[in-house]
Amino acid sequence: MTRRQRRLTLIGGSLAVLAVAAALVLNAMRDSIVFFSTPAAVAEKHIAAGKRFRLGGLVERGSLVHGDNLAVTFKVGDGTATLPVAFKGILPDLFREGQGVVAEGALDASGVFRADTVLAKHDETYMPKVVADALKKQGHWKDDYGAKPDYNAKSAGASRAAQSARPVQGALQ
Amino acid sequence: MIAEAGHYALVLALALALIQSTVPMLGARWHDQALMNVARSTALAQLLFVAASFAALVTLHVTSDFSVVNVFENSHSLKPMIYKITGVWGNHEGSMLLWVLILALFGGLVAAFGNNLPLSLRAHVLAVQAWIASAFYLFILITSNPFLRIANPPLEGRDLNPVLQDIGLAVHPPMLYLGYVGFSISFSFAVAALLEGRIDAAWARWVRPWTLLAWIFLTLGIAMGSYWAYYELGWGGWWFWDPVENASLMPWLAGTALLHSLVVMEKRNALKVWTILLSILTFSLSLLGTFLVRSGVLTSVHAFATDPTRGVFILLILCIFIGGSLSLYAWRASALKQGGLFAPISREGALVLNNLFLTTACATVFIGTLYPLALEVVTGDKISVGAPFFNLTFAPLFLPLMIAVPFGPLLAWKRGDLLGAAQRLVAAGIAALIAIAVLWAWTRGGSAFAPLAIGLAVFVIAGALTDLAERTGLFRVPLATALRRARGLPRSNWGTVFAHAGVGVALIGIVCETTWNSEYIGSMKPDDVAHIAGYEMKLDGVTQRQGPNFREMVARFTVSLDGKRLGDMTPSKRNFTTRQSTTTEAALLTRGASQLYISLGDTAADGAIAVRIYHKPMVLLIWFGPVLMAFGGLLSLSDRRLRVGAPKPAHVPRGLQAAE
Repeated sequence: MTRRQRRLTLIGGSLAVLAVAAALVLNAMRDSIVFFSTPAAVAEKHIAAGKRFRLGGLVERGSLVHGDNLAVTFKVGDGTATLPVAFKGILPDLFREGQGVVAEGALDASGVFRADTVLAKHDETYMPKVVADALKKQGHWKDDYGAKPDYNAKSAGASRAAQSARPVQGALQ
Repeated sequence: MIAEAGHYALVLALALALIQSTVPMLGARWHDQALMNVARSTALAQLLFVAASFAALVTLHVTSDFSVVNVFENSHSLKPMIYKITGVWGNHEGSMLLWVLILALFGGLVAAFGNNLPLSLRAHVLAVQAWIASAFYLFILITSNPFLRIANPPLEGRDLNPVLQDIGLAVHPPMLYLGYVGFSISFSFAVAALLEGRIDAAWARWVRPWTLLAWIFLTLGIAMGSYWAYYELGWGGWWFWDPVENASLMPWLAGTALLHSLVVMEKRNALKVWTILLSILTFSLSLLGTFLVRSGVLTSVHAFATDPTRGVFILLILCIFIGGSLSLYAWRASALKQGGLFAPISREGALVLNNLFLTTACATVFIGTLYPLALEVVTGDKISVGAPFFNLTFAPLFLPLMIAVPFGPLLAWKRGDLLGAAQRLVAAGIAALIAIAVLWAWTRGGSAFAPLAIGLAVFVIAGALTDLAERTGLFRVPLATALRRARGLPRSNWGTVFAHAGVGVALIGIVCETTWNSEYIGSMKPDDVAHIAGYEMKLDGVTQRQGPNFREMVARFTVSLDGKRLGDMTPSKRNFTTRQSTTTEAALLTRGASQLYISLGDTAADGAIAVRIYHKPMVLLIWFGPVLMAFGGLLSLSDRRLRVGAPKPAHVPRGLQAAE
């Protein structure tokens, strides 16, 4: 085999693998990508029941109700709209009223968001970036959300954790 | 005083790095030995000063000096000593200091043990190493100084994030950083080779041990992090396809490819240009990982509130180093001479295939990790790419790679005999078929996927053993001869066997855990019994306990199997008063390679407690596999041929391969 043939074989093989990979990626992109939404955007866009998405916002104060057998309901709001959420399972340690939360699931026919995963963050001043952005965009951002304690040093930020810090999630399939 | 001394040491380290990044380059250009030798002494001195700076920060944390912002924010006087020390890198500033300490450590090691390197190559390598170091010293000093003081020192600190108060923090970040940063050496070697315009098989022999060392630590670091997440988070997951995890997986995939292409380059002097590119890419992915994590740019469940100026600074470092090295590559790579020829079916061909699949798999992870970011920048849409995406892309690419793994070591260099290799793998294939048949019968018409995947894993393991049997002539020559041959077999061959078998072992663990995992989620009152996978777990009661810096609610379960008592499990929930936060401490009971797992949820008003119980069959194999891989890497590293600093040996004849 000459150098040229060898090189063509290599290039051909590589292109074949890359084509397969591209097909896989495009296929996966179509089916497995989940969009993020806030309660206000849900009200606006009329997302179809059964379509999976991630809902982000603040857990409304006084809305958390524990039902039987680990069922919980709470409301997620973003200042304009609120959306009732139902979840069955164990909430993450940092799930609290008045704090940021991201839930993944779909709306049911009655307009309740059935979450199968609830994520909360392991930092008491934390608000999910998507939530903060959405709130800012709608002009509901208050500076005390995630406010940084001010000692005297301007560099002092809110508490941070190591690169390798692990997440806290609550999930139930 | 200590804080100021630490800060000053870091400034001095920067000054030394700046000297190290210029003087040796000039020396190499002017062929001045004295100037080139500056690299060695500055690299060692730099290590000394960074180590002093790091020691200063450790001292501040250990003595709980709350007049330093970093200590105040991340420590507490009641915190156990081990977490006072590990808390040093449990925060942004400290972890960046650890990053540069490890960078200086690798530079120092090259300086100390690189006596057999050509002088100009060593000067170039250390100079490139110092460029990276200078950039990161500046980053720390300008945006993330860990030694800042508070004017009115508070009496008590804000404590370390409770999730991080775990032994995992002592091991996982240092390991991971040793891996990440270790790839800087292969990067520096690659850039040095491009600057010199010269590269040969000896280059690969020098780079390989460093790459191997970094790879071993990265493998262990990722496995350790995965196990930490598994027991600390309380819901039994061990891999989330989270951006931060992907950030460590990408350099691992590229690094694994690099290890294999270095073999080709060392043995056959081929694939030079590709190996250089891979060295650059591997470290670029490590830098990208640092950027993704440190900038907080991704909405990751890991990303904590971070400062945007830092992100911009790291992005700048990223652009300069990745852009610069790739431009240099585009400009100089064509000057490198082409290497040896080989047929597509050959050991080289198999290693190229390995590289192809590993880098493609790495590319899909890259797309899945960065696509949401790109889309948000371009259209403003926010999406999340989760596990389903990676299961649909990464897994199909890994399957053909796994099938090919046993063939590689059985093919000859230059021109291989695929049919011959297949014939030698018949036994492994039969073992795989038996495994599939037995599992199929045992699960009786369950999912077909699990038995097939385990069959593949058995094929990989049996294939690795076949390679060993072939090389020692086991079953063909008398046992004593085979044993003698096994003793004489180069350790790098043993390394291959263990590392490849480790891949199979991990796959078995992954498949068993995901397919036959059983869970019970419900609320329990004292004396309630939960049944899972044949085990009975009785909740005996709940007690309160006071820890050093937390209060703890401990539940006691008695576990029995068929009426026979196996032991107690005591999961707990810890409440850290300083941060008003709670952590879940799961209880684990190990049965062989399987584990029972209990974690607690909220307590209801009537005293019932929410519990989550899992039975995870063969789950320990998921981490035992990587440990085997790392052990294989270690064996390979201890091969005389590769030992760091060993005199350049004459080419070792592969005379101990089984003569056909």
